[in-house]
This record gives sequence, C-alpha cells and structure tokens, in this order.
Amino acid sequence: MIRDLLKYVIMFVILVLLQALLLNNIQFSGYVNPYLYVLFILLLPFETPRYLLLFLGFFLGLSIDIFSNTPGMHASATTFMAFLRPSTIDLISSRDNIDANSSPRLTLMGFGWFMRYTLLLVVAHHLFLFFVEAFSLNAFIHTLTRSLLSAAFTILLIIISQFLIFKE
Amino acid sequence: MRSLLQFLARHYFVFLFLALEVVSLILIVNYNNFQRVKFLNSSNWVSASLFEASSNLTNYFQLRKINDELAAENAELQTKLQKLEVVEIFSRRDTTLNRDTTYRFIPARIINNSVNKQYNYVTMNKGRLDGIEQDMGIVGPHGVVGVVTNVTDHYSSGPSILNKRWRVSAKIKKNNYFGSLSWSGDNHEYAQLNEIPFHVELAAGDTIITSGYSSIFPEGIMLGVIDDFNHDSGANFYKIKIRLSTNFKTITHVQLVKNNFLEEQINLEDQNTND
Repeated sequence: MIRDLLKYVIMFVILVLLQALLLNNIQFSGYVNPYLYVLFILLLPFETPRYLLLFLGFFLGLSIDIFSNTPGMHASATTFMAFLRPSTIDLISSRDNIDANSSPRLTLMGFGWFMRYTLLLVVAHHLFLFFVEAFSLNAFIHTLTRSLLSAAFTILLIIISQFLIFKE
Repeated sequence: MRSLLQFLARHYFVFLFLALEVVSLILIVNYNNFQRVKFLNSSNWVSASLFEASSNLTNYFQLRKINDELAAENAELQTKLQKLEVVEIFSRRDTTLNRDTTYRFIPARIINNSVNKQYNYVTMNKGRLDGIEQDMGIVGPHGVVGVVTNVTDHYSSGPSILNKRWRVSAKIKKNNYFGSLSWSGDNHEYAQLNEIPFHVELAAGDTIITSGYSSIFPEGIMLGVIDDFNHDSGANFYKIKIRLSTNFKTITHVQLVKNNFLEEQINLEDQNTND
C-alpha cells in the first residue's frame, strides 16, 4: 500500500516535470502539442474514491498550470477528465472483468480495452482544454483540428510509454 | 432540509466536479489576460446589443422627424453640390479632387447617448469591421458631435462635445480668429469659446465653425452661433457663450469622419517638436 502510494507520488512528479520541461516545448507547426501528463489520471487504481479522483485531477492540472503560466486552464480540463473516468470505465467494460484491487494497465486489461479507454478520455480532455484555451467557438474547425491532432500524438506517447516502462 | 442534504450527498460527485470547475473558471478569468479580455469584451457586447435594441425601438417613434432632418440635409447638400459644380468648371479639376479625398465619411447611428453628466459619451453602431478607427470625428446633420476614442469590432464610442475633458479647435467664420470650444458642464444647449482676444470684433449671432487645425475634423463644420459675450476686467480674452447647433437630446444619425492623411500629418508635426 505504502509502496503503491510512493509509486504514484513519484509518477506524479515525473509526469509534471516531463510535461513542463520537455513536452511543453514541443509544438509541431503550431498545431500539435502532446499532453502526456494525463497518463497519471488514466493509471490510478480502479478503487480510487471518486472525490479523490477529482481532487487529484484538479491538482495535477493546477501543477501544470503553474509551470505553463495558465492558471485554471489545465486544472479545469483535467478535472473534467477525472469526472468522466468512472462512467467511461463502466461504459467500456463489463463488471466481472475488473479486479477492484488492480489498476488500468495495458498488460492487465488488454490492448483493445486500454486503447478505447485512453482514446475516449484523452480526446475528451484535449477538446475541453483547447476550447477553454480558445475561449470561443469562432475558429471551431481550427480548434477541433488542433485538439484532435494533439490527442493523437498524446495517445501515441501513452501507448509507447506502456510498452517501455510499465511492462512489469 | 434533510432531503436536501441527502440529495447533495447522493450527487456529491457531480457537485464537487462543478465546484472545482467554477474554481478553475475563476482562476482562468482572473489571471489569464487573453481570456479576461474575451470575457469582458463579450459582456461589453451584451450591453452594447441591449443598447442597440432599445434604440431600435425608440428610433421607430422618431422616424418622421428623422426623415425631415435627412430631407433637409439632402437639400442643403444638393445646394452645396450645385455651387461646387460651378466652381469646378472654373478651377483646375485635379487639385480640387485631390483635396476632397482627404476626408471620408461613414454613416452610423447613435445607440447610446447622455446629456446630463459632466462627462457625456456617445456610442455608435459601427465598429472596426466597418472601417472605424480611433480619432475619427463624429459629425451630425447640424454639426460636430464628438470624437471616437474606443473601437470594438461592431461598436465605437467616445466623448461628445458635452464632455468636460474634450475640447475642439474652433474659429469665427467671418474673420477666421480661432480658439477652443469647451463645455462647462451645466447646460447641454450651450458651450464656451475660449482664447479669443479683445480686439476682435464680435456680434451675437456670429457663426462658429471648426478650424481644421485639429486634423480630426475638416474645416468649416458647424459648431454653433454666438449667444452672448463679455469680458471680465483683468482678463485677456473674451468670455463667449455659444449656442450649440446640434441638439444632443434628439440626435440619432451621424457620420464618422476619417482623415486619410492623419498619420502623415502627425508624423510631420512630430518632427517639429523634436527640435
């Protein structure tokens, strides 16, 4: 239990630093900006209390905001994503194939399940984030393209990270 | 009360989510410049739209009067045009044409206006997308109204003559002595002309027009007529009371004047002050 806690704290710190110091500087042609830090919300254990999910989402987003000088923007998007997580899990899986003590891992849940799970939540997060950033529906197509391209890149990074690090 | 608490407890997840989103939104609007500007601008847009809707309604009841005014203005312009055509035949065409393109006029409607404050402003229903810029003059059918200082995409606003912070360069039509016209803040029908020295001959009823020195208005736009004048002992200048030609309580349709060479003129004048 303590070991798990420590693991998640380290993951939180590493993801925030990775995002703030490296990934925030990546911008392909002004369109694509991956936000890998959402991986933290994806990987929290199934049994995580729902209020904790929201608070963790909020503070994760806020930490990113502090680094990128955009108070509230990432916090709102990540909270939104954390809010969607329980219903997304309900939506794509049947009750019996979830072991409450485990956490959503590619190796545990299978590629198809993990892909659907990641796709839904990351796209939701990116759409929310980019539209809050634009703060209007004026350049709708432009914002939509930006969010979907970035989401694709983020998902790619998440899948790669699963194969590289979390093999166990 | 009990059932309310139960309700809150059952849906605490949703409420917690909404609470955190509200906190985020407050952070966004308070700290992020871009979003703050957008947020404030859209509230401006809401208020400006309301103003426009209400003026749409009230305008309807003044249509007859507005029609009369427009017809009168039309007639006046026709007369001027006739005179100009005669002049043009006798003068060199190219020089007169060049001078005439200095100023461009854009019609607009006043959608908000006041006369009862110390600093009165007017709002027009034309904005940046219609070619309105800062420092454009506002001219009504009976003369000068004000100047544009703020422009958004669809609206513009600025002080009218009835604003104590704003002065306009004016001159007496018959002898070209110029001074500045200002408003004292009490009566919306009268203004003051300052800086006219004693030796100038004045009479009640003399016409006051714009001098053309300010580069915002072309020369010769009506401001008002002299109502009364006197001089305090020991003062160097006349105290002149001007009856304004524009009735600020009824004005609705105006034209915005753009000086195409404003920037050029200001740049030129800046070179003088650098010495």
